[in-house]
Amino acid sequence: MHFNDGTVPAEYARHIGAKRLFIGGGVLFLALSLAWSMSVGALDASFAAVLKALFGMAESKRLDIVVWNIRLPQALAAMTAGAGLATAGAVMQSILRNPLGSPFTLGISHAAAFGAAFSVMLLGGGIMTSKGAVSISSPYLAAGSAFCCSLLAAGAILVISRARGTSPESMVLTGVALGALFTAGTMFLQYFADDVQLAAMVFWTFGDTARASWSELAIIAAATLCCGLYFQANAWNYNAIDAGGETARGLGVRVERVRMTGMLLASFLTAVIIAFLGIIGFVGLVAPHMVRRLIGADHRYLLPASFVCGALLLLVSDTAARIVVAPHVLPVSVLTAFMGAPVFLLLIARRRS
Amino acid sequence: MILEARDIHFSYQSREILKGVSCLAGPGQTLAILGPNGVGKTTFLKCLCAIHKPSMGAALVENVDALRMAPDEAARKIGYVAQRGQTARMTVFDAVLLGRKPHIRWRASARDLRIVDAALRRLDLAAMRLRHIDALSGGELQKVCIARALVQEPRLLLLDEPTSSLDLKNQLAILSLVRRAAREHGIAAVMTMHDLNLALRFADAFLFLKDGEVFAHGPMRELRAEIVSEVYGVPVEIHRLGGVLVAAPLVDDLSPDLEPHGHDHAPNPRPERLRAAQPL
Repeated sequence: MHFNDGTVPAEYARHIGAKRLFIGGGVLFLALSLAWSMSVGALDASFAAVLKALFGMAESKRLDIVVWNIRLPQALAAMTAGAGLATAGAVMQSILRNPLGSPFTLGISHAAAFGAAFSVMLLGGGIMTSKGAVSISSPYLAAGSAFCCSLLAAGAILVISRARGTSPESMVLTGVALGALFTAGTMFLQYFADDVQLAAMVFWTFGDTARASWSELAIIAAATLCCGLYFQANAWNYNAIDAGGETARGLGVRVERVRMTGMLLASFLTAVIIAFLGIIGFVGLVAPHMVRRLIGADHRYLLPASFVCGALLLLVSDTAARIVVAPHVLPVSVLTAFMGAPVFLLLIARRRS
Repeated sequence: MILEARDIHFSYQSREILKGVSCLAGPGQTLAILGPNGVGKTTFLKCLCAIHKPSMGAALVENVDALRMAPDEAARKIGYVAQRGQTARMTVFDAVLLGRKPHIRWRASARDLRIVDAALRRLDLAAMRLRHIDALSGGELQKVCIARALVQEPRLLLLDEPTSSLDLKNQLAILSLVRRAAREHGIAAVMTMHDLNLALRFADAFLFLKDGEVFAHGPMRELRAEIVSEVYGVPVEIHRLGGVLVAAPLVDDLSPDLEPHGHDHAPNPRPERLRAAQPL
C-alpha cells in the first residue's frame, strides 16, 4: 500500500478539538444549571446553603429534607431522563434515516399512555385523592403496565419490519399505525372511565420529573448509562449505516442486527423513562437536531453531545417549569411540548424546501 | 490471482438470475462486467462481497472464500463502492475515515488518520477535507466513496456502475483513477459498466454476461465485435481511433416501426437531430 506518506492535518485536529470543546462546554453548563436548579424553588435558600446541605451540613432540618428528597432527585431525574431520551432519539433517527424518528412518531409514547390508562381502569391501579388532588395510588403498577405496552409497540415494529425488511419507511409507517391504534384504545378506556379515573389517566400522561424517588432514579440512571455505552460502542456502525445500507455491509457491518438491537434498546430506554416519569415529549427530537446542526452527524460526537444536551435541555426546562408560574409548578412536559412543537414544524418546513 | 469466482448461482424469488458464473482477476487488473440491462451484473458484483448470498459457488479472494469470512475480515480484503453514495452531514475526512472501520476497534489511531490524509491527497480531495459531503457534486462524492474503499486497504475493489450519472470529464477522471489505483496498489478492480466505450478504454479484461451465464471472458485485446453484437443483439464494429478502441453500432434506429406500411412516414429521427445539432 502507498498510503504511508500522510500526516494528521492540523485543520482536522482543530475540527475534532472543537467538537470535544462543545461537549466539555456542555458538561460545564450542565454543572452550572444543576447548581441553579438546586437553589431555586419555594423554599428560599442560597446556593451556599444548598451546597452545605449536600455535604451533610444543612443549616436547618427543613432544608436538608428539601435538598435531599425533593430538589436533588428531581434535578437528577431531569438530567438522566433528558440524556436518555435524547440519546435514544439520536439513535432512532439514525437507524430510521428519518429526522422525525422519535418515541412519538413510532407510537411508543402512545402505547405507554394506553398502558397507564389500562392499569388505572382495569388492573385496579387505583386512585388516591388527598386534599382534592388526584394521584395514582400504585405507581409501580402503572409504570409496569406502561412499560409493557411500550415494549409491545416496539416489538410489533420490530416483528413487522423483520417480515417486511427493516426499511426505515416500513418502521415509521408501522409506528404511525400503532400510535393511532393505542390512542384509540386510550380513548375507549377514557370514555368508560369515571371522573376520578379520567383525572388519574390524564395526570399520568403529564410527564413530571418530580415523580421519581431515589430507587426509580437508580433504575432510570442504570438503563440510561448501559444503553448509552452500548450506543457509543456502535457509533462507527451508525456512521456506516448513514453512508447507505450496502456501503455499511461492504464495511463489515451486520446492518440488520445493528438496526434491530439499536431499535430494541432505544425503545427499552424510552419505555423505562416514560414508565416512571410519564410522557415527556420532544426532548428526544429537539436535542439531537440541535446538536447535529452545531457539530454534524458524526455519531462518535453526536451521541455524547446529545447525551449532554438532552440532560441540559430537560434540566433547564424542568427548573423553568418550576418557577415560571410560581407558586404553581408546571409539569415539565407542558413546557417541552411548547418548545418542541415549533421545532418539529420547522423541520417539516425545511424538508419540503 | 486475487479474485477467483467459481460457479456462482443466485436466485431471487425462485427466478434464477445467475446460473454458474465464474471469472478471474489478477493484481493490477481492471475487469469490466458487461451485458444487457437486467442480466445480473450488479447481482454478481454483490455476490462477490456477500451483500447477496449466492445459493452455490465460491468467491475466492487470495484463495480464501469471501462468502465464509467474518464481515470484518471480508471488509479488510474487499472494498465495495455502491452505485449511489448516500450523503450525510459529515466532513469529507470523516466520511473517508469510515473506510478504516474494519481496522478500528474502538477509536481511530494516528495511523488511520495518516492513511486517510494520504488518500485524500492522492485523490486530489485534500483541499475539501472539511467540507460536508452533502454539499459535494456527484463526481466529488464518487471520489470520496472510492477513497473510502481504498483506505480499507483491500486486495479487491468492487465498483457498481462507478460512472453512472457523471458527466464526460468526471467519467474519465473516475475511471482513470480506478485504473491507476489498481496498478499502483497491485489490487484487482472489478466494476459493472454499461458504457462499452468506457470499458474498452479503461478495462484490462472483460466479462460479458448473457442469460445469467458467462458469454465471454478474457483480456480486452481479445474482444471481437462479434461477441458484442451477439450479447446486445446489435451489429457492432470495433475500431482503433487515436490509439483507443471504439465500438460503433452499425444501425442507428432500433425503435419499433410505428407505421410499417408507409415508407414515406417511417420514423427516422436521426437526420433531424443531426441537423439540429449543427452550429447555426
